[in-house]
Amino acid sequence: MEITININGTDHTADVEPRRLLVDHIRTGAGLTGTHIGCDTTSCGVCTVLVDGTPVKSCTMLAVQADGREVTTVEGLKSADGLHPVQQAFSDEHGLQCGFCTPAMMLVGAALIDENPAPSDDEVRWAISGNLCRCTGYMNIVKAIQAAAAAASSSNGDS
Amino acid sequence: MTDTTTTPPEIGGIGHSVKRVEDARLIEGQGNFLDDISLPGMLHMALVRSPVAHARINGIDTEAATAVDGVLAVVTGELMAAHNLAWMPTLSGDTQAVLATDKVRYQGQEVAAVIATDPYAAADGAELVEVDYEMLDAITTPQQSLAEGAELIRDEKEGQTDNLAYTWETGDEAATEAAFASADRVVSLTTHYPRSHPAPLETCGIVADVNSVTGQATIYMTSQAPHAHRTLFALVAGLPEQNIRIVSPDIGGGFGNKVPIYPGYVVATAASLLIGRPVKWVETRTGNLISTGFGRDYYMTGELALTDEGRIQAMRVDMLSDQGAFYSDAQPTRYRAGLFHVCTGSYDFPHAHIKCRGAFTNKAPGGVAYRCSFRITEASYLIERLMQTAADELGIDPAELRLRNFIQPEQFPYETATGFVYDSGDYPTALRKALDAAGYEELRAEQAAAREEGRLVGIGIAHFTEAVGAGPAHTYDIAGLKMIDSAELRVHPTGKAILKLGVKTQGQGHETTFAQIVAEETGIPSTDIKVVHGDTDDTPYGLGTYASRSTPVGGAATAMVARKIADKARHIAAHLLEAAPEDIERHADKFHVAGSPDQAVSIQDAAFAAYTNLPEGMEYGLEDVTYYNPPNLTFPYGSYVVVVDVDPETGVWKVRRMIALDDCGVRINPMIVEGQIHGGLTEGFAMSSMQWITFDDDGNCIGSNFMDYLVPTAWETPRFELLETVTPSPHHPIGAKGIGESATVGSPAAFVNAVVDALAHLGVRNIDMPVLPDRVWEAIDSASG
Ligand code: FES
Ligand code: FES
Repeated sequence: MEITININGTDHTADVEPRRLLVDHIRTGAGLTGTHIGCDTTSCGVCTVLVDGTPVKSCTMLAVQADGREVTTVEGLKSADGLHPVQQAFSDEHGLQCGFCTPAMMLVGAALIDENPAPSDDEVRWAISGNLCRCTGYMNIVKAIQAAAAAASSSNGDS
Repeated sequence: MTDTTTTPPEIGGIGHSVKRVEDARLIEGQGNFLDDISLPGMLHMALVRSPVAHARINGIDTEAATAVDGVLAVVTGELMAAHNLAWMPTLSGDTQAVLATDKVRYQGQEVAAVIATDPYAAADGAELVEVDYEMLDAITTPQQSLAEGAELIRDEKEGQTDNLAYTWETGDEAATEAAFASADRVVSLTTHYPRSHPAPLETCGIVADVNSVTGQATIYMTSQAPHAHRTLFALVAGLPEQNIRIVSPDIGGGFGNKVPIYPGYVVATAASLLIGRPVKWVETRTGNLISTGFGRDYYMTGELALTDEGRIQAMRVDMLSDQGAFYSDAQPTRYRAGLFHVCTGSYDFPHAHIKCRGAFTNKAPGGVAYRCSFRITEASYLIERLMQTAADELGIDPAELRLRNFIQPEQFPYETATGFVYDSGDYPTALRKALDAAGYEELRAEQAAAREEGRLVGIGIAHFTEAVGAGPAHTYDIAGLKMIDSAELRVHPTGKAILKLGVKTQGQGHETTFAQIVAEETGIPSTDIKVVHGDTDDTPYGLGTYASRSTPVGGAATAMVARKIADKARHIAAHLLEAAPEDIERHADKFHVAGSPDQAVSIQDAAFAAYTNLPEGMEYGLEDVTYYNPPNLTFPYGSYVVVVDVDPETGVWKVRRMIALDDCGVRINPMIVEGQIHGGLTEGFAMSSMQWITFDDDGNCIGSNFMDYLVPTAWETPRFELLETVTPSPHHPIGAKGIGESATVGSPAAFVNAVVDALAHLGVRNIDMPVLPDRVWEAIDSASG
């Protein structure tokens, strides 16, 4: 089946098997390996991407279901202005160790602060509760997302 | 925070919270994890695993699988046997089936492999491999396994007549028995430390690329120990070691899971060799949870002999471990139960005796050091739970009981009853500091008042001592390889440097912290140092990263090689300054003649001179390598205090506060150390509250996926309050002790002690992990009933 998905601002057209998972299409079809795979049961969240701005576990969506939609992966977070605030904050606050969960965590964080410019500790924890991390104990991930929210609102305020 | 910095921030030596260099690629999705590797012509492998725990294999039909579009080959045990690869040695001197030939011995065991042009085709093929199983009874506990008349699980193993995997004992039995016979009080605790799984978010995998023309095998694999794996590959596959290159790329967490060699690695390599194309195998999550290295599964009975005042006289332990179908622990050769004999903990008493047995069962093999230095987590749990039991039985406050028995600061170096020589520590200060932060007295008052009102508040303490950094070559080896480690430092003419390590990071931040050690010792800014690791063609030999050994051993090697470089640079500086080398001092990045700091040569000047302007007789270049054989282990410790509220109606418990004081000696990068502690505490919380692998009576693994094997999300994970003291290791070149695993070792007992403490007045003395609400409810119910 021929599908066209806009990934990080660029249209990707491909002929895919209907059963092909979106995550496999992103990783091997589009060659964007920042989106990871960590389970077989939609539990770990390391495959999370944004579909039309909403976090989606891409291991549980078929590539054909994303036809005609906009997908943002970690590779699309950075803009011409530089790193996304959430990327900067993950590094500044030591929000990553092995980095395997990080792309997904940052995307969920970016979607959260789009909606909620000053999330509380509990609000961040709830938002990322579909994403596992085995390394950090989440403390610094929460800190990083809150710091990113603060940085994003102060730069929005400036402009 | 203790300030241990001696260099300015722009040099970024020890004690600076330097931002991690590895982050840049990881936050942009440019990491290079195993599954991201793709080679031209690469094939994909899927494993066929046994759906049953114990059965004879009467035949395997591969015809339908072979007919699938895209499938090139189906590999069975028979084919592997033809190349003498159906069995492989384990790290504990046992043998393990690569692909089963005679029978399957646990659910999830590897039976066949399908090689195809695409992962979907490989999975389709794997579905169609038909195996004819003749069912046998499954043995799922070590107690059943060692019972009279139990079916022999390892019938293929020469000389094996029962299901006993090993026995081990240590300590002075006669002296211990005598102390028990004359003790005022004897306190005992029987508990099971349940089977757990490290479950790093990235599963295991390999891309094997064997070139049939040159014989060169390039093996990309999720390896915590690439050099040791190269040697084992050479021994198992009979390949010449110079032709094997193991590359361990970015690793998505290891925690001990990526120490052993798994059948999938061997089959993929054999398939690449036979087919002549690269073969990739990436484990599924279920495959990871049901077949690869689990941790724990120890049944322990511990006893303390005490005086009426609560002074410990002796300790006695009887331990039975569930090894699964193969004995594939990754332990130092001499120690069948790892460093379990550190179970005397932080306390000063003369006698101990420990008896261990391990049994084969129809369960996955493993026994890895899951975020733990070789069975220390079990040991530490036992003594700290016993201290709680003793406190409750003797009616002595648990903090007071510990203070009465601590090894005192002036007793270090201290030889324990089982022969460890603890390097340094100040336990009373650590515990008092943690208690003060918790407001211990007020909490006890609150607890008493709460009990009056029918509310349950618990305060749990654990004071652990860990033994890490294996280890001295006279005592520690794995499969005969001495547990030394190495570092090679090359300083380029422009003063920039490259550091090559025998150890391998899986998220611990070695690319940052090891550069900081070099910065400290040479004055070269840490940002000017590139750290290379994980590629055996490009790094000196080492035993790998696990058991918190990177900083104690690899970090020491790094400091020592940096000192050699600094010393040569000092000689060059003397030549440039026309002074005697013994008159030259170094301050951060400058060398100068003692007393005249303005006449200085920088480390960069010295590096340039090393290639351009040398004193007579000196060899050109500024490079060296060090192999470090540590004189002893290091002994980090910590005092943890947990406060919980338990709902008497439901048994649900919530962590109100978790205070963790760690003393890991000198902290190279405080930010990274704290991150390691957060992660370790979370895994300790996980094991105490929810995370376990169980089996039904037929040997079906319950916990084979992340819906049944619960690992905590951000929502359940408590907030942590961290404290520190700094007691340097006297024998480590920079005084560091290692931190990666302390919190996982120390915290489970603190959580469980807190829940038991909440219920102690009801007479509850033990609840096994995980402390699930229904277990708590039942404990309350039977205590009040
Ligand atoms: S891979 Fe685990 S949720 Fe998608
Ligand atoms: S940083 Fe390793 S899983 Fe989150």
